[in-house]
Amino acid sequence: MGDHGPAKGFGRWLYTTNHKDIGTMYLWFSFAMFLMGGVFALVIRAELFQPGLQLVEPEFFNQMTTMHGLVMVFGAVMPAFVGLANWLIPMMIGAPDMALPRMNNWSFWILPFAFAMLTSTLFMEGGGPNFGWTFYAPLSTTYAPPSVTYFIFAVHIMGASSIMGSINIIATILNMRAPGMTLMKMPLFVWTWLITAYLLIAVMPVLAGCVTMMLMDIHFGTSFFSAAGGGDPVLFQHVFWFFGHPEVYIMILPAFGIVSAIIPTFARKPLFGYASMVYATASIAFLSFIVWAHHMFTVGMPIAGELFFMYATMLIAVPTGVKVFNWVTTMFRGSMTFETPMLFAIAFVILFSIGGFSGLMLAIAPADFQYHDTYFVVAHFHYVLVPGAIFSIMAAVYYWLPKWCGNMYDERLGKAHFWLSFIGLNVTFFPMHFVGLAGMPRRIPDYALQFADFNQIASMGAFLFGFSQVFFLFIVIKTIRGGAQATDEVWESPEGLEWTVASPAPYHTFTTPPAVK
Amino acid sequence: MQHEQPTGPLSAKIDLRRLITRLVAVVVGMFFFGFALVPLYDLFCDVTGLNGKTNSTAFIPATELVDTSRNVTVQFVATNNEGMPWEFRPEIFKLSVHPGEEIETTFFARNPQRMTMVAQAIPSVSPGRAAAYFHKTECFCFNQQLLEAGGTVDMPLRFIVDRDLPTSVNTITLSYTLFDVTADQPEQVLSAASVSMASYVNTVTP
Amino acid sequence: MRLITTQLARKGLLVLSRVAALPALLATSAATWAAPGDAVVDEAQRWVLNMTEGVTAVSREIFDLHMLIFWICVAIAVVVFGVMFWSMLMHRKSAGAKAASFHESTMVEIAWTVLPFMILVLMAIPATSSLIKIYDTSEADIDIKIVGYQWKWQYEYLGEDVSFFSNLTTSQDEIYGRAPRGEHYLLEVDEPLVIPINKKVRFLITANDVLHAWWVPALAVKRDAIPGYINDAWTIVEEPGIYRGQCAELCGKAHGFMPIVVHAMEEQDYSDWLVEKKKEALEIAKMNELVLPLDEMYARGEEVYLQSCAACHGVDGKGGVGPSMVGTAITTGPMQGHVDVLVNGVQGSAMQAFGNQLSELDLAAVVTYERNAWGNNMGDMVQAVDVLNYKKNQ
Repeated sequence: MGDHGPAKGFGRWLYTTNHKDIGTMYLWFSFAMFLMGGVFALVIRAELFQPGLQLVEPEFFNQMTTMHGLVMVFGAVMPAFVGLANWLIPMMIGAPDMALPRMNNWSFWILPFAFAMLTSTLFMEGGGPNFGWTFYAPLSTTYAPPSVTYFIFAVHIMGASSIMGSINIIATILNMRAPGMTLMKMPLFVWTWLITAYLLIAVMPVLAGCVTMMLMDIHFGTSFFSAAGGGDPVLFQHVFWFFGHPEVYIMILPAFGIVSAIIPTFARKPLFGYASMVYATASIAFLSFIVWAHHMFTVGMPIAGELFFMYATMLIAVPTGVKVFNWVTTMFRGSMTFETPMLFAIAFVILFSIGGFSGLMLAIAPADFQYHDTYFVVAHFHYVLVPGAIFSIMAAVYYWLPKWCGNMYDERLGKAHFWLSFIGLNVTFFPMHFVGLAGMPRRIPDYALQFADFNQIASMGAFLFGFSQVFFLFIVIKTIRGGAQATDEVWESPEGLEWTVASPAPYHTFTTPPAVK
Repeated sequence: MQHEQPTGPLSAKIDLRRLITRLVAVVVGMFFFGFALVPLYDLFCDVTGLNGKTNSTAFIPATELVDTSRNVTVQFVATNNEGMPWEFRPEIFKLSVHPGEEIETTFFARNPQRMTMVAQAIPSVSPGRAAAYFHKTECFCFNQQLLEAGGTVDMPLRFIVDRDLPTSVNTITLSYTLFDVTADQPEQVLSAASVSMASYVNTVTP
Repeated sequence: MRLITTQLARKGLLVLSRVAALPALLATSAATWAAPGDAVVDEAQRWVLNMTEGVTAVSREIFDLHMLIFWICVAIAVVVFGVMFWSMLMHRKSAGAKAASFHESTMVEIAWTVLPFMILVLMAIPATSSLIKIYDTSEADIDIKIVGYQWKWQYEYLGEDVSFFSNLTTSQDEIYGRAPRGEHYLLEVDEPLVIPINKKVRFLITANDVLHAWWVPALAVKRDAIPGYINDAWTIVEEPGIYRGQCAELCGKAHGFMPIVVHAMEEQDYSDWLVEKKKEALEIAKMNELVLPLDEMYARGEEVYLQSCAACHGVDGKGGVGPSMVGTAITTGPMQGHVDVLVNGVQGSAMQAFGNQLSELDLAAVVTYERNAWGNNMGDMVQAVDVLNYKKNQ
């Protein structure tokens, strides 16, 4: 018992049940996936640099778009948030560890196998998945490459990992809060993760069911998604998006929590409207279940369906708006400083709002007939995911890294990384709005000449953004290896229990629960 | 966590066993629920008219009165799915019908291949909201169709357009897509074809 | 495993070497912003920022709706970001700002829940009315069935016996940069969909294999093509012209290479076109009736061969003046190449172009014969209609 340190060698990582070790592994894994998905993205952008086919064949291009999407969603963003949850939730609620530490180890360690299996398909006969990350049937069933079975199994494993992670997080939050830490006193990051975990448990089985039905169709003669046997390809889309829409909120709700922690610290003012933040998060989660068919406005739904999904989708703007207004009001009459985490958080608020606006435009069903499956959609979801999910994760790393490793990062380098990323991302994704509106469909390896200029700009931005993430890696490694000693509080009187422990956080924290006023 | 719990290893084991049984039951239930999705979805589509799904078994007409004051155009469209070499077309492209009246028409099919083939026709109605008002009393799509090499068939279709069809709908398009399902047939079905086919052709061709 | 690693190495190296060549590519193209020799895109088209207004009442209505929502979003953004930037400017610690401590106000929070809701209602009203117009089901003047194939479109004028495929005509040379790219690179087809203006045209959209989506921005029509199911959409084009679009649903390898071209013309021109097309259709139908089984085709081909070919290539196909035809790259290679040699001849040699000398049926017969005689035994055949199509499409 007591304060024994970590074991030595590789065994420490393989057998660990420590939430900090597992959080670290999740974060490094996600960063590796982020770089891999980024390389795939750069292959796409390099091919799209000019009209014509220069670097890759359309078949390989399709594999790149598919793998980029899958790796970024399931490999980069989700594990990063689970990693942050592992590191932070026990420290934020005054718990000694996660509630189910052995399962925690397992839910991490099956992930590398899932992604090894997924990426190995790229080298198989017939190539890897080439049907888009949304893998619509029958392109992903009857017409899929043989490697689709590996893809299905990989998705099963990722789903199992996510479900186990979510169960763990819910069990931890509901059972292990320090005395006095009522639900409405929890930091927002804990709240948003609690809601996210419920979303994950609700929809991951749907995804598993979806890929299982594919498996049955491919290998066992069923016809879920084939009209010939009485099935329906559109059923696939309904099932997929019933998973897929909550999934996009899974990737953004924890980000809301992170930003809600960072902005008050650097505005030196408590978060405005804590309770309404919680209710807004819950409403967004609820609404996410009844809007899925807005991804399918062009499949030929009856008008009643179109109207219902249009109205429901527009409604999401209300709670999302409340959040943005709350953040802005938190900054209003504060005493602001602009360290790197704050820069990322502010960029999050602005750029995520832009993504929200284009989302509102996409919700309008008649207009969606023009936007659907164009680069406008690509611009929209990259604006919510890159400055949304990715920037919030980077903000979180800069914000909590001193607590994790005990050293301050280099502020100048951090700011340089921010500006490079900020410029790179806008140069990459803003022109996509234009080419999308001008009529460029998504997922094409080659395009008409009038789209050439904006695509060239976007490709250059993508390389800038990509290389600035290598710079990020350098900054993080530099910080871990040395740098100015961080104080226990790190920032100027930040809120939260995690700042009451030493920097770097000891291997075991809160072995006796703290008292919460 | 105030409530009393029986303690001791024995009760813990029983609790565990019950938990495991329940979890396994959930897993098994979910597995079959996956299969139940198709009928459930069909039911959902029947109720909502989503996707232009029409009835897949014969509709038993109640004694419907014919609404002679109204004319509805019914169009027939035939499409072959990938790899389906049959010649397949409606006998008549367009009919003007009164709601409530039972109409019969035929689709022609010919198998130009040098082997016996089995096809399944899948119906779809456009506009989708008309699907719920389009009742088939007899349809070649209710069964698979088998044709010998070079064989031809006139396949019957009988339907009633519901009198409650919304007045904004003037044209209903009934589309059939023909799928090749020969590969799914057991060997003996195909080899026994020559005998049964002759009589089949005789019954359906006037 | 070995196989996998070698494949991995090969593929990886290929991509790597090409990515490594990127700076050079950048240098050569950055100067001109396009590959040398490519058609110059109209300056106005190069920097298009917005959606097209289109040429139908519906497309204009959608455009207006799009702009309305856009400007509402801009207005909200100006207010929200305005407050935010003002705070960032005025309430900086370095400017000596002292933080206030307020952190909730029920009134304010209710206000900014209700206000956006009302703005949404305002947006929903025109959106709903547009949607109802788009879902109009009144009778159409012309019904056209559109079938998506991997990777082309088929158009069938219902009740008119007119049906044709519409294929991309951009050459592989243009795509791979071996020839300058034309003005309508990737947006050109052999046979466009022809429709009259000011008539209600109804599209019945389905697919032959996987999902596709038929999209022409100027018509504001985008509908998924779903195998086994039929979807409908309609348009009334108001201005004659050529409107281009693309498949909008990932459908496999050549998803980016199945454009849509709609040629809208005056009603009279359309009727003329239709008459011409029907005549052509009749011709094709006649040809179609001559679908012969392999043995008949072979027999007919033998006759033709002896009459027109044997003089050079020998009765036994082993050659004479002309080359041997036994097991050669032409007679046992791809069908298309074989047909091509017969139809167009071989330049600079004694092989004439037989395209206009023999009927399609005879051309098909002789190709079939050559592929199956003298131990070539390819087992495949070509029909008259295929030759006709080949001649038309080349």
